[in-house]
Amino acid sequence: MSARLVWRKSLNFVMLSLTGLCAVLTVSALFFILGYLIWNGGKDLSWNFFTKLPAPVGEVGGGMANAILGSLKLLFLAALFGVPIGLLGGVYLAEFGGRTVPFLVRYTADLMNGVPSIVMGIFAYALVVMPMHHFSTLAGGIALGVMVIPTVLRNTESFLRDVPRSLREGSFALGANRWRMIATVVLPAASRGILTGVLLALARVAGETAPLLFTAFGNRYWSPGWMQPTSSLPVIIYTYATGPYEDWHRQAWAAGLVLLGLVLITNILVRAFLTRGAAYERT
Amino acid sequence: MATTPNAAAPTDFSGNSRSLLRRWSADDVAHFVTFLSAATLLVITSLLVYQLWVLSAEARAKFGWTFFVTKTWDPVAGDFGALPFIYGTIVTSLVSLVIAVPLGVGAAIFLAELAPPRLSSSLTFVSDLLAAVPSVIYGLLGVFLLVPVMRTTVQPALKAVFGFLPLFQGPSYGIGFLTAGIVLAIMVVPFVLSVSREVLLAVPRDQREAALALGATKWESTWKVVVPAARIGIFGSVFLALARALGETMAVTMVIGNNPRVAASLFSPGYSIAAVLANEFSEATGNLYLSALIELGLVLFLLTFVLNGLARLLILVTTARGSGVLPT
Repeated sequence: MSARLVWRKSLNFVMLSLTGLCAVLTVSALFFILGYLIWNGGKDLSWNFFTKLPAPVGEVGGGMANAILGSLKLLFLAALFGVPIGLLGGVYLAEFGGRTVPFLVRYTADLMNGVPSIVMGIFAYALVVMPMHHFSTLAGGIALGVMVIPTVLRNTESFLRDVPRSLREGSFALGANRWRMIATVVLPAASRGILTGVLLALARVAGETAPLLFTAFGNRYWSPGWMQPTSSLPVIIYTYATGPYEDWHRQAWAAGLVLLGLVLITNILVRAFLTRGAAYERT
Repeated sequence: MATTPNAAAPTDFSGNSRSLLRRWSADDVAHFVTFLSAATLLVITSLLVYQLWVLSAEARAKFGWTFFVTKTWDPVAGDFGALPFIYGTIVTSLVSLVIAVPLGVGAAIFLAELAPPRLSSSLTFVSDLLAAVPSVIYGLLGVFLLVPVMRTTVQPALKAVFGFLPLFQGPSYGIGFLTAGIVLAIMVVPFVLSVSREVLLAVPRDQREAALALGATKWESTWKVVVPAARIGIFGSVFLALARALGETMAVTMVIGNNPRVAASLFSPGYSIAAVLANEFSEATGNLYLSALIELGLVLFLLTFVLNGLARLLILVTTARGSGVLPT
């Protein structure tokens, strides 16, 4: 072998190994994060964590029941507000749209998807908090809901487009009009993919902290109704992690483990079971 | 509806709906309702831009363009300048790209060119999960794991080797631009990876085979043929990652040090636009303070809007899938 060939072959080997190393490094980050959270947060998970209110500042103990409930309420509002709009908007893009409006909506949706979540917080702040003069669950729910819309919309559209033409034609041939065709044939056929998109979008906003800081704010107690500031898991992780108390840090790890667990489990279940066969879209 | 609730109302209503139906078929109603939903997104976007513009009016009127070159941020004196935040945002994002782009593109090459399909798809799955990890979790690990390691090990080591560069001078606090950049890098790698992998896979097989047939090694065919063919899309993935990094809030807020400074050293604590919004927005007193913060939000919005638009254009050009949904 000539020296040149040896050089080329070894370069080939070295560079390809490096790309493999990059892949291993990237992928191992997830396992490392998960492992480290289990290691640090696992021992502080207890029944109290899920059922008790936070202890008074400086005291040891207490739980995060109010933050867990707060997160659920915020997610409920986000789904209530964001999912119908995204869903129907997606139907419009896939089934009714002409040329200009769908193009505009599609492009806007993609761009809104990339807008920093904290800016969405400003939106909800100006829309809800400023007129009401106080922080509320409602404001947080709207901030998260706005973030859900573009994802659900684009995802719904792409899965509706994947429904075969023959199904639509069969439905027309039986005398169905357009909306009946959509409601009874196309939507059910695409329902799996649409549900995937909705759940992934909700899993994503479940971990959002930034838009909640000045909309839902925080609360050391239960938050009755929808018009009071509320605690939420991501915000309380942030507050506890940056706070001065050792006990807070321990609870932040436990809350982090719960949050990460919920988000990962949702993602894995959804991607593994709902997308069998169908190409899924990342959110 | 101002109709009185009496027995006549139902008849009246059905009469109305019948005449409405004559002009508007059920399809038209469905068309209209779905159109309204789609239009809601446009309304929300316009409303967002309008709010950011109007609510930042006071700061824009008072400071004009000097807002972007002023270093002072003094809420007590009512003197606001955005320079330290813009500087911190750009520096941390650049640091993250320097780390994330080689890592992400390298991993994408492995997944697209070398790994068997099964391995490739399961590794992509893991990378997708990594993208789903909430940013506050990265912040948590950053504060308690990365910051101490940076302070005791990484920063002194860098200082010993590269200490002659202004980038790596000054005391090691652990927090600061470099730490924030590293956390950001871990967060944006999955985005670089998944988009780059997709554009690499979009390069036709023939090109690889032609290169191999000419006697090129696997690496040569990849690096000299496939990667150049996909380069525009890879640039797109970099822009996408940059847009993510610019707007990332929690993880950065927790490790950057939250100190409005413009310093050459990467070890120095700093501040970023998103971090100052997260920290000061809820306690901003006075209209001018709030409006200065909202102007920062406007800057962030415009930056990411433009970068995302550019990124999508580039990726679209490479994969040439007109209506394909792109990962975000």
